[in-house]
This record gives sequence, C-alpha cells and structure tokens, in this order.
Amino acid sequence: MRHNALYTILFSGAVCVACAVLVSSAAVSLKENQLRNAALDKQRNVLFAAGLAQAGEDLDANEVQRRFEGIRSLVIDLRTGERTDIDPTGFDQAKAAKDPATSREAPRNRASVKRLPDHALVYEIMDGERPSMAVVPIEGYGLWSTLYGFLAVGQDGNTIEGITYYQHGETPGLGGEVDNPNWKSLWPGRKIYGAAGDPAIRVIKGTAGSPADAPHQVDGLTGATITSNGVTSMLDFWLGDSGFKTYLKQFQEGQAL
Amino acid sequence: MTAASTKTLLDPLFESNPIALQVLGICSALAVTTKLETALVMCLAVISVLALSNVSISLLRNFIPGNVRIIVQLTIIASLVIMTDQVLKAYIYEISKQLSVFVGLIITNCIIMGRAEAYAMQNGPLDSLLDGLGNGLGYSAILMATAFLRELLAQGTVFGAVVLPKVHDGGWYNPNGLLGISAGAFFIIGLFIWALRSWKTEQVEPEG
Repeated sequence: MRHNALYTILFSGAVCVACAVLVSSAAVSLKENQLRNAALDKQRNVLFAAGLAQAGEDLDANEVQRRFEGIRSLVIDLRTGERTDIDPTGFDQAKAAKDPATSREAPRNRASVKRLPDHALVYEIMDGERPSMAVVPIEGYGLWSTLYGFLAVGQDGNTIEGITYYQHGETPGLGGEVDNPNWKSLWPGRKIYGAAGDPAIRVIKGTAGSPADAPHQVDGLTGATITSNGVTSMLDFWLGDSGFKTYLKQFQEGQAL
Repeated sequence: MTAASTKTLLDPLFESNPIALQVLGICSALAVTTKLETALVMCLAVISVLALSNVSISLLRNFIPGNVRIIVQLTIIASLVIMTDQVLKAYIYEISKQLSVFVGLIITNCIIMGRAEAYAMQNGPLDSLLDGLGNGLGYSAILMATAFLRELLAQGTVFGAVVLPKVHDGGWYNPNGLLGISAGAFFIIGLFIWALRSWKTEQVEPEG
C-alpha cells in the first residue's frame, strides 16, 4: 500500500506510543509482584542451605516468612568481618559490587569474581539468643555461567551445614546437577579450613567417602569437571581472606563468649 | 467452524509444521527442551504471542504503510513479548528464571515474523487468530515431543517425576548425557523431520 511520508511518520509514531504505553503499564503494574518473587526466591534458598526446608517442599510466602522469624539478616563489613548498622532490607549486594564507591577490584581469583563489595549480606540462624548457623552468599563461574548460591556454616565457623544454588545456567544433567539433592546431601559435616587455616574444601574427581574419612573433599559431578572446579574455586575465594574468613572467625569466637 | 478455518488451524500441525517443514524457531527448540516444564511454559508463551501478534497485525493490515511494515510488525511483536516476559516473572518466577533469556528471544523467533508477514498482512483477524494458534500448536507439538524424550533419556524423569531411576541415585538407568546438551536436540528434531517426510513424501524438497 502506498502512503505519503507524513502518514508513514504519524502512523509509526502512533504505533510506538501505543506499544510504549502497553509495555510500561505492564512493567509498572507487575513490578511489585516481581520484586516480591525475587526476594522470596532468595529467602527460600537461604532456608534450603540452612536445612530448614527440603527441596520439593511447597513453600508459600507465609510459610517462608514464618520460618524466617528465627533468622537474623545482617550486613557485615567484608574487610573486617564486623557487623554494621546498614539496614539489610534495603541492601543489594549485587548493586553494591558494581558501584565503585562501595566496592573494589577483586584480587585475581579462579572463580572469576571481578569486583568485591565492601559489605555483604549474611544470615544468622538464631537458636534462642545465640546464632547456631551462618549462611553466606557465594558466586563464581562454572562452565557456561556464573553460579549464585548460599553456603551454611555451623557454630564452629568451620563445619559446612549445607549448600544450595539459586541461579545458574550450567548444562542440565551434567553441571546442572549442582541442584541434585543427593549431591547436596554430601556436604553437611565437611570442614572448610585445613590445618594452615586456609580453605581446604575441594570438589574432587570421583568419590570422596564419608565426612569422617574425607573432611575436606566432596564427590565431583560426573561429566562436569569444569563446573565442579568452579564450585571449588568459588568456595576457595569466598571463604578465603578476601571473603568471609574474618567474619566466620568472629562468628565462631562470638560463640565462645 | 468451516472446513477452511479448520484447515488454517490444523494444517501447521503436520502439513506445514513451522519447525519440521519450514525449519524455523530451531534455536529456542534446542534451548528450552531439556525439561518438559520449561518447554510447556515456552510453548504457551509462543502461542499467546503468535495469536496476539497475528490478530493485531491483521487488524492494522490496511493501515500499515508498506515501506515500514516490517518495523511496525517487529514493534508490535517486541511489545507483546516483553509483556509476556513481565507476566511470567510476576506469576511463575521459578520457571521464568529457568527460561532466562529465551522468552525475550521470542522476538527473534522467525515463526512469529513469518506468520505476520506471510499471513496476517493478507487475511482477516479471525483467520489470523486461527493461523497463529495453529502455528503455535505446531511449534509446541515438536517442542513437547523433543522435551519429553530429552527429559526422559537425559534425566530419567517426566515433568520432574522419576520414571527411570538413575544409577547415580541408586537405580538402574544410566542417563544419556548427549541428550542433556543442545546438540542432542538436533538429533531428535532431525529424526522427527525424517519421520514426517517419510510419511508425507510431498514435503521432501526436490534435489538439485
């Protein structure tokens, strides 16, 4: 169909305006729901890591809220490991890691973490007045994607209580098996730190045996060596000197008081 | 429903399947078929976008200036896709997380542009709706069948329920890792195309 230029311009303008209105009203009206979903998903995964919920359990918002009552969220200073007064509800660690004012370049590491935030959001599972477990965020590169997850550490700041990943793009059936409940069940009871005080926990090739026999080793994922190495690298980084080592030390000392 | 409109709706299932005959939309067919759950949501998203874009473009077909028609189609399709993505994020967050970028990439799914340009620009809204639904179903048929085989053979499950217990988890089934990765979907879709063209020999492309 032939039209003059003015018609074409007006028509295109009208289509753009109509589409823009539709898209933005959808985005604005659904935003609240989306943010709530994202927050809920994270909380759910904190519960999974801490063993306060099992995979496959149907957890609605109220149930998550109820189980979260015994959990204290706090923002810590990653450099000193000390608690800060920053309000955890408004704190976005991913955003903080991008802002040059609240982050710095990460030391070279095999987990491919580029920037290190000054502060980090951790969760302490309270047992009455005293925390019985700390849940810290971990992230690092696998084969195709960055894996984001949580690691739960016991009162001694050394014993792993659980691990979970809430976001990754690894190959389903291979690296994607980081989501496999059987593999995750191999983690509780293993120890993070070796005799020298550095992270010694490793995902090895093959079978590691029980936590008593192999306190620092976890079975590798079959056919997913690179993802397995990625898990080792990210634990090495986030539990090391640049990561949560100082915080976990203080967490454990706080216990002794 | 008249015979002609039934034909519009059902032909894309086998006679002119967008994936098997026209070999369109392959990228997403490889990406989202590792699990039935994600494939199902993807199919629903594609069916709704395809139906809505066909109807809206058909309604506007007499007003769209010929020289900018592709851009206008793309604007409409892109808006519908973004809205779909927003709805998924708001209501089924878990699955939308797994589908990640692939919902957004429906914009570049050639089936949708193809139907807009080849059908909706020439036909009325009702026929275009049927054509959109039909092609969406044709796409879905292949996706669901592929996802069924991939999930079953690579993970031993159907919609997440264990059917073949893996050796790994104490069962007897040794999963096929090849089908877990995208290349595996090529084999399955290739077999489908071969089967369909052996059945309906008129779909075989002449050689030379």
